[in-house]
Amino acid sequence: MKKARKEVLMQGNEAVAEGALQAGCRFFAGYPITPATEISEILSIKLPRIDGTFLQMEDEIASLGAVIGASLAGVKAMTATSGPGFSLMQEILGFAVIAEVPCVVVNVMRGGPSTGLPTFPAQGDVMQARWGTHGDHPIIVLSASTVRECYEMTIQAFNYAEKYRTPVILLLDEVVAHMREKIVPGGEFEIINRVKPTMPPEWYIPYEDTTTGVPPMADFGEGYRYHVTGLTHDVRGFPTERPDEIKAFNERIFRKISRHMEAVSLVEYNETEDAEIAIVAYGCVARSAKRAVKDARERGIKAGLLKLITIWPFARAALERVLKNAKVLIVPEMNMGQISREVKRVNQGTARVFTLNKVDGTIITPQEILARIMEVVQ
Amino acid sequence: MKEATKLIHKYLRHDKKFPHVWCPGCGIGIILGALIRAIDRIGLQKDDVVLVSGIGCSGRLPVYVDFNTLHTIHGRALTFATGVKLAKPRLKVIVIMGDGDATAIGGNHLIHAARRNINLTAIIINNNVYGMTGGQYSPTTPYGMKSTTSVYTNIEQAFNISELAVTAGASFVGRSTVYHARYLDTLIEMAIRKAGFSVVEAISHCHMQYGRQNELGSAVEMLQWQRDHAVNVEKAAAMKREELDDKIVIGVLVDKELPVYEDEYARIRQLAKKSMEKS
Repeated sequence: MKKARKEVLMQGNEAVAEGALQAGCRFFAGYPITPATEISEILSIKLPRIDGTFLQMEDEIASLGAVIGASLAGVKAMTATSGPGFSLMQEILGFAVIAEVPCVVVNVMRGGPSTGLPTFPAQGDVMQARWGTHGDHPIIVLSASTVRECYEMTIQAFNYAEKYRTPVILLLDEVVAHMREKIVPGGEFEIINRVKPTMPPEWYIPYEDTTTGVPPMADFGEGYRYHVTGLTHDVRGFPTERPDEIKAFNERIFRKISRHMEAVSLVEYNETEDAEIAIVAYGCVARSAKRAVKDARERGIKAGLLKLITIWPFARAALERVLKNAKVLIVPEMNMGQISREVKRVNQGTARVFTLNKVDGTIITPQEILARIMEVVQ
Repeated sequence: MKEATKLIHKYLRHDKKFPHVWCPGCGIGIILGALIRAIDRIGLQKDDVVLVSGIGCSGRLPVYVDFNTLHTIHGRALTFATGVKLAKPRLKVIVIMGDGDATAIGGNHLIHAARRNINLTAIIINNNVYGMTGGQYSPTTPYGMKSTTSVYTNIEQAFNISELAVTAGASFVGRSTVYHARYLDTLIEMAIRKAGFSVVEAISHCHMQYGRQNELGSAVEMLQWQRDHAVNVEKAAAMKREELDDKIVIGVLVDKELPVYEDEYARIRQLAKKSMEKS
C-alpha cells in the first residue's frame, strides 16, 4: 500500500533543494551567499547520502564551472546564488549556452546594485537574467511565487535544461525563498533526461541539427570522444570562422528554444477571462496581486491577474490573450520597471499600461496594488 | 613510418582541420608530444582521458587530439575539470593552462585545486607572456623585461609557479623545459600516475612575442638558453639564491602522500549514510 504523503512546513529554499533531488540532481557546487545559502546547506547533507556530490567552491565562477563539468560527465547539476554571485556567474553562463550544457542556476534575488540589501527582497535581476552574459543568446528563466512552485519549478528547470540542452535560471526573490508554507512534497512528475546518441561513436556528429534543433549529447567517458569549446563551432564541435557555419550555429541555438515557445511559456491566468484591468506580476508580487484582484472584484471591478512563471522567453501569446479584453494593464514590480517594458512592447498601444515600482527593500502589498487599481479606474 | 610519427597518428584527430594555430618554432607542440608519449607509456585508454584547457595559445592544444576534449574559458579550466572529475572519478582529467591563464585570471582556482588536493594533473605552460593577444606582460614575466604593455620595462615581480603550487598543497610538482623534452615526458607520466593534485610546469619560449621584444633571438636560441640555464633540483639545493636568479630549476620539487579529495569525499558519503540510518 502506498503511504499517504505527509504535509510539511517548508521553506522556499528547502523546496528548491527537495525539487532538485526529485529531478535527479546529483551534483551541486556553490559558494555561501544570503539569501540562497540554505540550498547549499541542505544539499551538503542530502547529496552524499545518495552518492551525489556537494562541493563548496572558491567563488561563484568556479561553482558554475564545476557544475558544467559535472553535467558534461553526465550528472545533473545545479548551483544557487544571489545577486553578487550571479554577476560572477555571467562569465561562465555563456559557456553553458554556447556549448549547450544542461544545468540549473538558482538566483535568489536580493536588493542591489552591488552588495545592496542582502536580506531584503527585490526583483532587480530580471534583465540581468536575460542579458547578463555577453553576446546574443537564448535563455530560459523561470520564477516561483509559492513554496510549492519552488519545488515544481526546480524540477521544471531541470527538465527544460535537459530537453533543450541549455542553462535554465530559476529566478526567486528573498520572500519566496525564505517564506514557509505548508506543502505536500513529492508527487508524480515527468522527469526528462537528455537524449543520448544511439549511433556508433564514429557516426556521432555532436552538434548536428535535428528536427528539434537539439543534438543528442554524449557523456564524457562513454566512447564518444568529441570536442567541447566556448568558441563558435561547426557541427563537429571544432572552432569555425566560416560565416555559413557561424550563422547556422547561432540560428539553431535560438531556434531550439523559439520553436518550443508554447512548451516553455508557463503562466497562470487568474480571473482574466473578462478582466478589463489585468495585473501582470511574478514572484512574491504575484501573491499580493492575487489578493488585490479578489478585493477589486468585491468592489465590482473586473480585475484579473496574469502571473508569469516563465519570465524569459517572455510569454507573448499569453499576454496577447489577456489583451483581448483588457483595457488597462498594471505591472507591479520590485524594480524600476523591467518586465513592464516587455509588456509595453507586446501591448503596442492596445491597452493603457501602468507601472507600480517599489525599490525600498519591502514587498509590494495587496493594498498598494488595489490602490493603484482604484487610481487607474478613476 | 617512424615510431614517433606512428604515435602522433595514433592520437591525433584525423577529422580535424589542420594546420594548427601555433607559430613555427613554438614549444607547445613539443609539450603536446611529451603529453602523448606519457599517456601512451601509461597505456591509458583514449575514452578515459579528458583533456581540459583554458584560453590562450595553450588553450588550443586539446582540439587536435583524440580524447574527450574540453576547451573552456580563460582561467577557469580547473573549475570545469573539478566537476568532471568528481562526477566521474574513473576518468583521468588533465588540465592544460598557460601562465596568464593559470596564475593571473585563474590564480585563485589553482591554489584552491592544490589545497583541495583533487586528483587532477595540471600542465602549466610558462612562456612568460600573453602570446595570443600579442605579447603583453604576464604574472611570470621577469622584472625588467619588456612586453607590449611594459615597453619601459616590467616593474612587477614574477610568480614562481611551481613554488606557488608546492605552498598551496599540491601532492606532486615538477618542472622541466621544452628543451628537456624527454624529461618532460617523465614528469608528466609521474604526475598523471600520482594520486592527488599534480602540477608540471613546462618552461617554454615565445620567440615571436617575448623573444622579439627582448631581443632573445630565434626559437633555437631560446631553446639553447633553456639548455644553458637549467639546473637540476639536487644541484640547485647546494647553490646560493643569487646564483639561481637566472637559472631554471628542473626536477621533482615535491612528491608527497596527502589525503586525496575523492577518497575523503567517499568517506563523507559513508558518514552521511550512517547519519541517515540513525535518523
